[in-house]
Amino acid sequence: MTQGPAPVLRAEGQVTPVLRAEGLVKTHHGEGAPARAVRGVDLSLRPGEFVAVTGPSGAGKSTLLHLLGGLQRPDAGRIWLDGTRADEWSEARWAVERRKRIGIVFQFFNLVSNLSVADNVELPALLAGVPPKQARAERTALLAELGLDGKDRSLPGELSGGEQQRVALARALVNHPPLLLADEPAGSLDSKGTREVMRLLSRFHNRGQTILLVTHDARLASAADRVISFFDGRIADDAELDATPTRGTGISGVLELTD
Amino acid sequence: MRLPLLALLARGPAHGYELKQDLEQLLGSAYPQPNIGQVYVTLGRLEKQGLIEGEDVEQSSRPNKKVYHLTEAGQDELRAWFEKPEDEPRVRDEFFMKLALAPQTGLADQIALINRQRRQYLTTMRSLSKLAAAENRDNRIAHLLIEGAMLHLQADLDWLERCQEELEELEGLE
Repeated sequence: MTQGPAPVLRAEGQVTPVLRAEGLVKTHHGEGAPARAVRGVDLSLRPGEFVAVTGPSGAGKSTLLHLLGGLQRPDAGRIWLDGTRADEWSEARWAVERRKRIGIVFQFFNLVSNLSVADNVELPALLAGVPPKQARAERTALLAELGLDGKDRSLPGELSGGEQQRVALARALVNHPPLLLADEPAGSLDSKGTREVMRLLSRFHNRGQTILLVTHDARLASAADRVISFFDGRIADDAELDATPTRGTGISGVLELTD
Repeated sequence: MRLPLLALLARGPAHGYELKQDLEQLLGSAYPQPNIGQVYVTLGRLEKQGLIEGEDVEQSSRPNKKVYHLTEAGQDELRAWFEKPEDEPRVRDEFFMKLALAPQTGLADQIALINRQRRQYLTTMRSLSKLAAAENRDNRIAHLLIEGAMLHLQADLDWLERCQEELEELEGLE
């Protein structure tokens, strides 16, 4: 755990979850019948966990992520971030807390199109009160780490999708948030870009970053060590994945040569 | 393993151990650890069928080794192999039988079956990811093989999702 506050020990062996939610409910009221996107979700993320939420489109998994990141307000239920009650925060308070506590990457990157790559990454640091010199140092280090050397002055529109998503990742991590939320981060990338995102998420996870990933792509989800299957607004299954296959054949049987 | 061995011999004569190593190198970690005994048995069969011929080569300090080459009949067999498209993969019918028959037995819940099967696929998917990460980046063939296995699994997972959607919808109507 190199980033964020150290986990607070409550009692022997009990660690405060980075994120906890209880009884979350959200109904969308648009045209037509109300859509019950999230129908009573309990969830807890331990520090350093990498959890993927998968399910068909329309299952409500993006709504769930938005509730957890304070981008939408739940109709019912409670949320704690590092043990602090968060669902009662005002919009303004969420905006401030999010800068420090939560990094978010989206499917369509959501970079500021008329700001350079460097400014996109530094902005959240400056808004959080980090001295400009330090913000610049953080930005340089992250961009180098993500293989974006020499792209500082480019505008987002001049970069490939995969590169833009890496900039978005740098922006999300510039303040070393304890929690990273990723909403279909490879949803608009080709398979090379998908592998790249997968590799980077795994790399940050290996350094202790807590990650909640929402994806319909099982390949991406398999990078996580816990997979939650989300159906019709509810958790249908919550499984810790073992790295070793349960059956003997497993990986050595990728190709079967008979005869 | 018959045809892959013939294909390797199309390049030039080789002995059993070389062929085993060639296969390993070509397919990388995705290859199911070839058994040298199986290689020799297969070579013996191919020779009996007249598709390859072996020649004993003397070695000074070790027993003779047998170097094989492809015969004309072997060439023909190989050409026919390349010309024939392969059957498409089959749906995992054993799981589907469980799913279809579960309700009338009263012994298993369909959603629980799906969840268990999904965990199995996801775990295998995870192993494949790790395998891909560990495999030499330059071995394109090995990576394509692993990617193929992952895409198949992805399709299986998508299909489980469809089954679950459909069944939960039915439950909702009851």
